[in-house]
Amino acid sequence: MSSSLLLVFLLVLSAIAFHLGRRKALAVGRASGSPRSLHSRPVYYGALTALWCGLPAIVLFVLWQTLESTVIVRLTLSTLPDEIRSLPDASLGLVVNDIKNLAAGNSFGGIKDPAIEAAANYYRHLQDIGSLIQSGALTVIGLVAMVLGLSRISPKLRARNQVETVVRVVLITCSTIAIFTTIGIILSVLFEAIRFFQHVPLTDFLFGLKWSPQTAIRSDQVGSSGAFGAVPVFTGTLMISALAMMVAVPIGLMSAIYLAEYAGKKVRAVGKPLIEILAGIPTVVYGFFAALVVAPFIRDLGARFGISVSSESALAAGLIMGIMIIPFIMSISDDVINAVPQAMRDGSYALGATKSETVRLVLLPAALPGIVGGILLAVSRAIGETMIVVMAAGLSANLTANPLQAVTTVTVQIVTLLVGDQEFDSPKTLAAFALGLLLFLVTLMLNVTALYIVRKYREQYE
Amino acid sequence: MSQKQKTTIEKVNKGLARRYRAEKRFKFMGLSAIVLSLTFLGILFASITYNGYTAFEQSWVQLHVFFDPELFDAKNLLRADYDGLVKKSLRETFPDVKGRSQKRKLYGLVSSGAAYQLQDMVVADSGIIGTSQKVWVPASDDIDMLMKGHIDRTTPESDRLVKDVQLGWIDQLIKEDRLQMRFNRSFFTAGDSREPELAGIRGATTGSFYMLLITLLLSFPIGVAAAVYLEEFAKKNRWTDLIEVNINNLAAVPSIVFGLLGLAVFLNFFGLPRSSPLVGGLVMTLMTLPTIIIASRIALQSVPPSIREAALGVGASKMQTVIHHVLPLAFPGMLTGTIIGMARALGESAPLLMIGMVAFIVDIPGGVTDPATALPVQIYLWADSPERAFMERTSAAIMVLLAFLILMNGTAVLLRNRFERRW
Repeated sequence: MSSSLLLVFLLVLSAIAFHLGRRKALAVGRASGSPRSLHSRPVYYGALTALWCGLPAIVLFVLWQTLESTVIVRLTLSTLPDEIRSLPDASLGLVVNDIKNLAAGNSFGGIKDPAIEAAANYYRHLQDIGSLIQSGALTVIGLVAMVLGLSRISPKLRARNQVETVVRVVLITCSTIAIFTTIGIILSVLFEAIRFFQHVPLTDFLFGLKWSPQTAIRSDQVGSSGAFGAVPVFTGTLMISALAMMVAVPIGLMSAIYLAEYAGKKVRAVGKPLIEILAGIPTVVYGFFAALVVAPFIRDLGARFGISVSSESALAAGLIMGIMIIPFIMSISDDVINAVPQAMRDGSYALGATKSETVRLVLLPAALPGIVGGILLAVSRAIGETMIVVMAAGLSANLTANPLQAVTTVTVQIVTLLVGDQEFDSPKTLAAFALGLLLFLVTLMLNVTALYIVRKYREQYE
Repeated sequence: MSQKQKTTIEKVNKGLARRYRAEKRFKFMGLSAIVLSLTFLGILFASITYNGYTAFEQSWVQLHVFFDPELFDAKNLLRADYDGLVKKSLRETFPDVKGRSQKRKLYGLVSSGAAYQLQDMVVADSGIIGTSQKVWVPASDDIDMLMKGHIDRTTPESDRLVKDVQLGWIDQLIKEDRLQMRFNRSFFTAGDSREPELAGIRGATTGSFYMLLITLLLSFPIGVAAAVYLEEFAKKNRWTDLIEVNINNLAAVPSIVFGLLGLAVFLNFFGLPRSSPLVGGLVMTLMTLPTIIIASRIALQSVPPSIREAALGVGASKMQTVIHHVLPLAFPGMLTGTIIGMARALGESAPLLMIGMVAFIVDIPGGVTDPATALPVQIYLWADSPERAFMERTSAAIMVLLAFLILMNGTAVLLRNRFERRW
């Protein structure tokens, strides 16, 4: 039985258990007078029986699914002759792949080794037995637990409380997923990054001025060393983010001010959602647009004035990224400006200030912490933005302050290092994780600071 | 009092003109900021549409093919020389073509997919062997570009992909009504291909669909459960604070970091299949969860406490209160948040690059563990291809993607307007 079918079967079994449990509860209730003599409503007895039937089986199912392949591979390997088993891990992995492919029935070309063929047969055999045992065990456990659950039904059984406890545990588990995700992110980048720093010292990485991660395949090749000085990558990221902020902050802020203070109801009702469409456009579309329309336009414009502009200039990527961030800055500024109490505006108008003076001298200073928080969040987005820079910015790590040249960013490097064939012991691949760690830490710092500022600011006016 | 000293009102009046000018300037700046953003939005949509609308049509060439019985082996219909059939038919249409290079140019008129089309015809109905058929096959991408006006006939021949002799043949075909523009159905029904005229988005949309299915099935229940716990049950303590900080931070973590997580945990640690919508869906689940949790909590907050108190007052348990009364009222808000989260997941591509959903995959995935790619990743892949015809297809794929997104966000807005209740 395939695993998804098995899961459906378990769910059906639970549904049957629910029905039986409810019926039994009603019968028990009637036997002892009226259904009202039951502690809980019959549905809860049904739900409890369903949980009895389903939970242990599903836990076993999940455990089995995660462990099955490892166990089967171990068992299969133990049947192989010694000379194969003593192979290094990497080539052993290839052998395992061969066996799996052969067992799945897609053999590419003639398989050479009768030992491997035998192993594949054994593997398939184990898989069949495994799935048979699994189906059997799950059915038996489900049925036994269902009968056990049914036998426990009595008017005194506190079914509702027990069901609610289970539901509560499920709710708590779901809410902790956020924590596990964070831990998962940290662990997954940290381990590989540490391995990277065993190859390349931390100081070289943080302060080195040359970035060329292309390590050679053979050790005697030219340029085999690879240089992992990340400073050009950082400056590139900073430059593109700074360009983006130069576009997004003034436009976003002014749009928010206009919509919040000047625009009539109708303009606001139309303008705000229209600008927010910009936020919903996938970044890959921006990237395509930047590479297809904006970059050539800037290059041609430069050529007309006799300036040489790289076709992957930082300017194009930064410009488009800025436009992507406008709605983000706008909605945060809009929120914080609206949160400034009306009394402050009224006070300013009463003193004879014009609208713009009120905005500049009263509202903006009052809303400043919130706006700064929003800008920090926007910077964190710009730093982490991937598709626009992958498509519109370059790959070469130039250490330059000229926005007309091509620069590269942290995210571009992560993508180029990790897309394609990977070898998890070369510093080239591991460097991506080191960059990822850095990216995560920097954005984490920005986010936490920004969220703290915004929160403090909200409390101030509440 | 000296004469120079002015009264306050005089001072104010003197500066008034300047101040009103400043006011006007400021207002103008605000308006122009909005106009600028909207102009950009307009340019973006216009350029995508302008580049992409032609991809919904395609040029087809009519061939007169004689399915020569000598060429076919009844046992193995797949093996016959279909390419040769196409070439022969072309040679018969233009009998005066001589020489290798001329012939190669002639064969360049039709797509390499033509042979497969003939193959499919024969496999579907072997009765056509021995008959002569008129078959419409896709033209090659260069011819297609010429027909759509993307290749200029007036450029010098050396700079032009379509040569002068080919122009002559094309004109003759057009005159005989054997070269036509038709609705490009294969764009919606085919998988990816190296040949622009054969490439379609079906594989990518199917991949996106499976991925979103996994994401929806996981992130909606988990997100709602987490929001319910945090909003209705959790006590205010350090642990809850930690969870909250985590959720807010995860909402702002760059998406590519989730890709790294997926690569290290789901692929390398759990050994799930690479390039599969399953892994993509898991990564997207983690990525959209914060959005859904935050939206669901806001929806729960908007349910007035009096509802809860009334339910508790007539003897419902806390859990019954939440499930029977609070959740149904908060449901539209939660659904809106989920749809917006799904729309975000549909447009996201960076994490998918990390987990291998960026491969060249021709087959249409048949399940969540088959290798697949997603619509935005397909756009990324096509955008990298040098052929002019792929640019058109990229834009068309973007139009399809945007249509989906507008549909989803529109549904969300509609839901919100329809079910939003002011208490």
